Order: sequence, then C-alpha cells, then structure tokens
Amino acid sequence: MSRSTTNKAAARRGVRARATLIGLAAVAGVLVPAVPAAAAPAEPTPTPTLTPSPGAVTVTKAGTSFLTSTAIGIGQPVRVAASLGDYLYWSFSASAGQTNAVAITVTLPTGERRHGASTWTVDVFDGLRRRQACTAGAQTPTAGPGDASVALGCTLRTVRPWAEPWSADPLPGTYYVRLSVTELPEEDLGLPIQVELLVNTLEDTDTQLEDGDLKTPLVPATEPGRVVAGAADTPGATPGPGASGRAEELAAGEDDGWFDGWFDGWFDGFTSRWIWTSVGGVLAALAGVVGFGLTRRPRRPVR
Amino acid sequence: MIKLRRSVYVLTGLTVALALPGASPALADEPVTEPPRVELVLDVSGSMRATDIDGRSRISVAQEAFREVVDALPDETHLGIRVLGATYPGNDKKKGCQDTQQIVPVGPVDRARAKGAIAGLRPTGFTPVGLALRAAAEDLGTGGTTRRIVLITDGEDTCAPPDPCDVARELAAQGTHLVVDTLGLAPDEKVRRQLVCIAAATGGTYTAARSVEQLTSRIKQLMDRAKDTYTRTPAIVAGATECAKAPLLTPGVYTDRERFSEHRWYRVAVRPDEELRASVSIALDRPLNRDYGVLLRAVAADGRELVRGTDAGSGRTDVLSAGLRWSATEPDEALDEDADDDEAPVGALAVCLVVSNSFSAPGPVSAQAPGMPIELTIDVVARSPAPNSPGLGRGWLLLGVLTVAGLLTGLLAGWLTRWWVATWRDNR
Repeated sequence: MSRSTTNKAAARRGVRARATLIGLAAVAGVLVPAVPAAAAPAEPTPTPTLTPSPGAVTVTKAGTSFLTSTAIGIGQPVRVAASLGDYLYWSFSASAGQTNAVAITVTLPTGERRHGASTWTVDVFDGLRRRQACTAGAQTPTAGPGDASVALGCTLRTVRPWAEPWSADPLPGTYYVRLSVTELPEEDLGLPIQVELLVNTLEDTDTQLEDGDLKTPLVPATEPGRVVAGAADTPGATPGPGASGRAEELAAGEDDGWFDGWFDGWFDGFTSRWIWTSVGGVLAALAGVVGFGLTRRPRRPVR
Repeated sequence: MIKLRRSVYVLTGLTVALALPGASPALADEPVTEPPRVELVLDVSGSMRATDIDGRSRISVAQEAFREVVDALPDETHLGIRVLGATYPGNDKKKGCQDTQQIVPVGPVDRARAKGAIAGLRPTGFTPVGLALRAAAEDLGTGGTTRRIVLITDGEDTCAPPDPCDVARELAAQGTHLVVDTLGLAPDEKVRRQLVCIAAATGGTYTAARSVEQLTSRIKQLMDRAKDTYTRTPAIVAGATECAKAPLLTPGVYTDRERFSEHRWYRVAVRPDEELRASVSIALDRPLNRDYGVLLRAVAADGRELVRGTDAGSGRTDVLSAGLRWSATEPDEALDEDADDDEAPVGALAVCLVVSNSFSAPGPVSAQAPGMPIELTIDVVARSPAPNSPGLGRGWLLLGVLTVAGLLTGLLAGWLTRWWVATWRDNR
C-alpha cells in the first residue's frame, strides 16, 4: 500500500518536474533542430559521451543480484572496486519520454597476470526483469589480454508512457543494469578490477506523453510475499483478510455515479491536447481575420 | 544553444535523481529487527606459513587484514570468527579433519578481544573447509535475514568428503538465506575451482587476494554489503505440479527450487480491473551445458495461455530472468468462470503461473536434487487501459498548420468578398 502511494507520489512529482522542463526542452528543440546527438546511428559502436550531473555524489557500491541492486540516480557517477567475474547490479528509475544510455568503463589489471581475452556484457532489464534491447553502443566488447581497460555502452529505447501488457516495450519504472564478464580464461577469475558507470538521459521528449498512461510504474515488489492458500489447504478455506478486503473495496468502488460511462469512447479527460487544439483554433481565427484584412484595398484618404 | 540543451539534460538528471528515490527498489525501509550477521572463516592450516604475498607470510597478511576490518566494522554488525586447522599439529587425518573452532562468537563485536584472538593464531594443521562451513552456518543460526560467511583460505580442502562445494549447495538449499563469499590467498588452480564453486552455489563472490590492501578492502566491502542488503529475503514457497493444487500467492517476492525440466505452478488472484505482473529468475548455481532457457507462462484456469515471458542465453551468467504483464482485455468480460473457486477472492480470477526451464548439465551429479534456486516476484496493480484519445491534436506543427490554414481561408474569403462586391456594383 505505502509503496504504491509513494510510487504515485513520485510519478506525480516526476510529471510536475517534466512539465516545468517541457518549455525549456521545446525551446531547445526549436533552437537546435539538428543536434549533433551522441547516438549517431551510422557508426557501428558509438559510445555516447556522457557527463555526470554537477554536484552528484559518486556511488561506491554495487549489488550482486536484482534484489540487492544499488539504486543510482540518472547522472550520478558510480565508481566501485570489484573482482573479475563478479556480477554487478545497479538500478535506476526512468520516466516516459526519456532515452537513456549506460556507459561503463572497466579498468583491468595489467601486467602478466591475465591469461587471455575476456568478453564483457552489459545487460539492461526493466522492472519485470525483461531483457531490454540496446539500440546503440558496445554491449559485448572483448578486451585483449594486454588491454588496460574496456568500455561498454548501451543506448536504450525511448521509454513509452503506455504499452499493451503483451508487448515488451520499455515503460516507466525501474531499470536494472548488470555488468558481467561472459567469457574469460578461468585463471583470471577473482583479479581486482575497477568499474566506472554512468547512466544519463540523451533525450527527454514529451511527444508521446498523452498517448496512454501506465497507472503504476514498473517498480517491482521487494517485500517478502505471503501464501494465502497452499496445496495442502482444504477446499473452502476462507480467503485471507487482505484478499477479502480488496473484494469489498471493489464492490464499493464499482458504482461511481449515474453519469459514469457516458463519455466512454470519445472523452478521455481534459488533456493538454484540448489546450493545444483550442489555441490552434484561436490562432487560425486570428490569421483568418488578418488574411481577410490583407485583401482589402488600402483605404483612400478621407476628403 | 548546445549548452542550454545540456543544462536541460543535467537538470533532468538532477530532478529525476531527487524526485524518484522513493520508487527505487533498494530503498524499502522496514523496521529492522535482526542485526546483520557475518562470520569470517579463516584457514590456519600449515600452508598459511608460506611467504608469497608481498614477501610476507599468508597468515600475517590475513591477520593484518582482520585487524583492520575489526577496527572498521559497523557497530550494528554481529561478527563471529571461526578458524580451521588451528590446533591439531599431528598427522592423524581423522583428528585433524575435526579441527575447527569458533574463536569469536557471533554477536556485537568486542574489538579488543577479537584482535587478541586473531593475534594468537599460528598456522598448524589440516584444511576441513566443508566441516567449517557447516559449523559456521550453525553459528549464524536461523532467522529471516541473509547471513554471510566470508571464507578465507589458501589451500584446497584436504578432508573431503564432505566436498565443500556440495556442503555449500546443501546449506543454500536449506532455505536459510546463506551467502558464502570466498577469498583465495595466492590460490592455485584447484583452490580457485573449489572457491568459485562454493561462491556460485550460494550466490556469493570469489576474489583472488594478492596483497594486504586488496584483501582488506574486499573484506570491508563484503561487510558493507552484508549491512546494506541482508534484510530483503524472499518468502519460501513450494510450487505445485499442477494448477489446481498450486499455492495462491499475494504480491511480494518468493523463492523456490526447480530441477531440470521441472514445471512449477503457482496461482495469483487477479480482479478484472487489475493487472498481473510477474517475473522469475533462475540462478545458475552449478556447472551447466552451454545453452539454456527459462519460460514463464500465465495460464487461465481452463488451460488457455494468457501471456508468456521467455529468455534464453548461453555461456557464463548468474541468473536468467523472464517477466510478464497481463490484464483482462475488457473489464466487463469478467472471467466469472471461477465463481465456484472457493479459495479465490470474490470476483477475482485465479491466474496460474508456470515456471519451466531448459537447463541441462554435463554430468549426472549436478542434475540431482536440490533444484536450482528460483526467485519469483508477483505484483498486482491497477490496470492501465488502452489510451482512448479523442480527435485532438498537439504540438507546434499543429498550431502552424492551423494558422496557415486560417490565413489562407481569410485571404480567400477576402478575395471572394471583393470579387462579389465588385460584381454586385457593376450589375447595379
């Protein structure tokens, strides 16, 4: 319960923050039509150059599983010491319209201590632990035995505000980043490495914001669950108090009023589309008057 | 202009960082009832005398690291220290392989006493790693939180059976949320294999320590990790072999075990206006054949598949995960088929979830019980209906088009008016 309310509050805060940014972003978008965007699709492995947010505190931790992943903010740099072969997890929150990118640099032990090439992988998962595609970036680079460091990158798809439950489109909520080494000489396991990670937003657009709305962001449950009824239970066992309470809640909430359902199908609430369209109408009317005025003969001086 | 754009990004990053901490999964604040519990298990066998770490003996390096760790230990952490091979100097393997003692009991740490106990250690006997792990698990006791064992050794187990890796897998399967992190001091190939196996079986990590600083910083990091992450342990559940007998789950995190090619069934009550979210992770805790996959399916009570989540992979990894979302297409098409299901809440549909895998292992041993650990996350949230946008537009382009259209209409109207007026005057 409290978790969902915080989520909602966070989402609301996010929306407000976005609203204040819409203007700025729009201005920037108008002024800079051709941005030399970090993600240049022509190059085979463009690693986005990301810069940390000024004043962001460096995180020096990493989790070792989805549940223990270390939460980081966007633009917050991470620097952590680890062992070769560790699986490192971080998580961040993304909201609709964002196109995020992950950049990782792994500093490897040099000298004669490594026995061969190692292949690294950065995997990004959404809140449901579904694998997310990278649209650009070196997702699985290989480091030669003599390389002092290896750079990984992954540019994610733009987060959709809504998607059908059956689709795997990126949605607002938690995203997990997992760094692992997928191929290496076994002798190299356990050697000390240094990992630097940064998640940043490449683009934040609100063009799709009105097309649907995910009621609850994809933030996974982290509390231990509770089994209501097991295989051993006799049939006819009463449902748990929480479950029956929710059923009553449903019964109470079903009838909202006599007008409920009238506007289904064509009215989706007052969205910003109403404002845009109305302003467009006003502008069209004004332009019409101006256009009409232009066709009038210049007034002759009154004698 | 580019600067402006960048500042927008930066601002966005800051805003998100400030606005969304409540939504991140790692910040589930819960009143903590149990302290974090860690036990350091140190090998004090004869081989620890070897002087091959920065010109110092392995035992002196370990002792120095322990002293620093004890000094830097967070106050709330309960630390215990167990040694193996510390007392029996003889050659009788039977006696030497029982040689493990707890020199500091698990509890609030008494720094002076702990350091005193560490200073008195002299490399002596055999290396009964398996036995020491079992004893350490007992020392840490049972409870709802994760316990960590940090095993520091330089030599392979000289007392198998029991094989330490089997012991680790057995301890992990007991459902006591035990994680074993291993540290090898100047390890050779056999030691490394063994320690990697122990770490993988319990979801821990393996480090090859080659300097005092590295050993110290790693143990400190593990202590921090123990403090940060020990409370979030999933509930234990046992999936059934068919839908009708499956346990009914509420939102939360669960853990279970699944063997190769096994199907495990669970049920979740989902009301028509709700959306089911489920994800599953299978941990690869043993040596496996190269290619593998996991499948999570949501099935209606009548056997109809609703949605599936799947993932496959190959090569080295820790877990393989899949997830799914499902909600009734139309709330009105309420699936009332389950009205006679007594266990499900009124008006809710019991959706069955089945977890299956396509793992295989090269040898017969690793295919045996216990199964591989699976982690199941269930959430039931409000349904997000399909957007129903009215025929309205938005954006600057729309304003431009409307304005130009208005202008053109105005001009046309003006010209038409002039033409009409002119014609009317002429014909008058």
